[in-house]
Amino acid sequence: MRVTASAEFMLEPAFFPVEPNKDEGTSRDSIGLGQRVGPGLDTRHGTILTLEDISVSFDGFRALNNLNLYIGVGELRCIIGPNGAGKTTLMDVITGKTRPSHGKAWFGETLDLTQMSEVQIAQSGIGRKFQKPTVFEALSVFENLELAQKTDKSVWASLRARLSGEQKDRISEVLETIRLTTSVNRQAGLLSHGQKQFLEIGMLLMQDPQLLLLDEPVAGMTDAETEFTAELFKSLAGKHSLMVVEHDMGFVGSIADHVTVLHQGSVLAEGSLEQVQDNERVIEVYLGR
Amino acid sequence: MNQPLLVTATQKAGPKVTLAVGGVILALLIVLPLLSLLSPDNALHVSAYTLTLVGKILCYAIVALALDLVWGYAGLLSLGHGLFFALGGYAMGMYLMRQAAGDGLPAFMTFLSWSELPWYWTGTSSFLWAMCLVVLAPGLLALVFGFFAFRSRIKGVYFSIMTQALTFAGMLLFFRNETGFGGNNGFTNFRTILGFGITEPGTRAVLFLATVLLLVASLFIGWRLAQSKFGRVLTALRDAENRLMFCGYDPRGFKLFVWVLSAVLCGLAGALYVPQVGIINPSEMSPTNSIEAAVWVALGGRGTLIGPLLGAGVVNGMKSWFTVAFPEYWLFFLGALFIVVTLYLPKGVIGLLKKRGEQ
Ligand SMILES: Nc1ncnc2c1ncn2[C@@H]1O[C@H](COP(=O)(O)OP(=O)(O)O)[C@@H](O)[C@H]1O
Ligand SMILES: [Mg+2]
Repeated sequence: MRVTASAEFMLEPAFFPVEPNKDEGTSRDSIGLGQRVGPGLDTRHGTILTLEDISVSFDGFRALNNLNLYIGVGELRCIIGPNGAGKTTLMDVITGKTRPSHGKAWFGETLDLTQMSEVQIAQSGIGRKFQKPTVFEALSVFENLELAQKTDKSVWASLRARLSGEQKDRISEVLETIRLTTSVNRQAGLLSHGQKQFLEIGMLLMQDPQLLLLDEPVAGMTDAETEFTAELFKSLAGKHSLMVVEHDMGFVGSIADHVTVLHQGSVLAEGSLEQVQDNERVIEVYLGR
Repeated sequence: MNQPLLVTATQKAGPKVTLAVGGVILALLIVLPLLSLLSPDNALHVSAYTLTLVGKILCYAIVALALDLVWGYAGLLSLGHGLFFALGGYAMGMYLMRQAAGDGLPAFMTFLSWSELPWYWTGTSSFLWAMCLVVLAPGLLALVFGFFAFRSRIKGVYFSIMTQALTFAGMLLFFRNETGFGGNNGFTNFRTILGFGITEPGTRAVLFLATVLLLVASLFIGWRLAQSKFGRVLTALRDAENRLMFCGYDPRGFKLFVWVLSAVLCGLAGALYVPQVGIINPSEMSPTNSIEAAVWVALGGRGTLIGPLLGAGVVNGMKSWFTVAFPEYWLFFLGALFIVVTLYLPKGVIGLLKKRGEQ
């Protein structure tokens, strides 16, 4: 089944979230995250994300240049690279915010990301944390998590929505995980920078996507918070696939088994952190200080 | 332990005071039309002038509330809500003109020596169909306009300018005699509604009560929406639309729903306005009218539901005094008021009251 969703007007989601499996609860881990791969997603060959030959240009400037990238199911991939290398643009392409001028982008084996709207991509199971923490500032911490929750997100459903006990429990669990239980009724706009980062991560947890894209998630966090985030991400990997953009080499070293170095819009090197750090071209352009 | 108790106490007192004040105002609004039925010699008699004035302000208050739903909650500043109000008014006016004309053509058509009704006047002698038009005309226009505007992701200033252009275009269209809505004179000289004399005290009182009812119903709908998840999604899309999309919500449907609802409420308010005031003409679609509505909302407090009602009441109360005392200065005063509110009262009068209450 190939999805040929166009950017046409769409009132109702094209991808309805799948009913959670009844006995899924038994296999949930401490953070309560569910299935490894959503029932709708075909990942026969073990790759959850396939990017081939992707190019993006802004007024002639090539932000991404024939980029190839494959992310496996359950993998935790770190993307590093100097400022302006195109890391954020890469996330924009995956989430449908920016359209590549050419190239292929597949989610699983069947979903063509270049043909889907941002909303459809989000509904099909890709979650994103922005570089600048973005939460709904006028709403409370609780309400932020409530809106992110994986559920029917159509207009009609929202008009009639009431939280079930199970859903409330889920929100409490995530609050616990992101350590914001005491701020549950606080307005999100009043949180500290680090707390907003965690709230946004919490919203991703509520959304429960199969692929998480995290753009500089530990910027502005204290060392203790960074360490905690590393633990959290490691516990997510396996059940989810993660793509983490980060500058903090210590952080990258503590989580990644696989690192991709981006430079001037294409992949410069790929491998374990040591391999990458030993690569001469990488030392030249990035690590050479 | 003391402080949380204190906080909850004041939080509980807030709604109680609001409810009490609201109850008193509602009681007054119900008593007012009854007093207008007393004989003119009675000391408590309320004149037709007063009743019409208050009824008119209530219609404006509904417009303010409708605008608050789209502006205060969804962040869509419409400067064209006067158009939806006028369309509802014209739909009602068509029925009233047919009532006044009996079996013949409405007076302005005979004047243009037209021999038959244009096709879109078909069925307007039926009150029921006219009521359908009151809802359909503004509702469908809002649906089509919103569909394209939201699909093209038009927001902010561009959206406001487009709505302003829309109401201006509407005004120019209705000014033309050929359009078939009485040109610049519009509709007037109404006689009866459902067979009852339109200037009779009983009819006036019923129309007034219907307006109060619509206001209360609108307030209830607005309150329910604001309390629902739908309302929270609107707030979220106002503040961070991108985030909301990446959470898997399609903002377009949410915007379209609240936008059409708002337009329909305006249309209903217009339909109640026309028989009370006794006239509808294209000047209701003038850009300044729609801008004034935005001033009511801003003054009262965006996103508060009650605030805009207060704003509409205060500004229109002042206006009816000003236009008698210093007619030339009203627009200057209105402009100054808008600047002061924007600079010093970003959350409007309600925001100010809340702050006082918390201190
Ligand atoms: N919307 C845009 N218009 C023009 N240039 C852009 C736009 N977005 C990004 N760029 C440019 O593309 C390059 C890559 O940007 P980005 O992906 O944000 O880099 P990174 O996240 O790796 O620091 C930068 O040189 C940036 O200036
Ligand atoms: Mg970046």
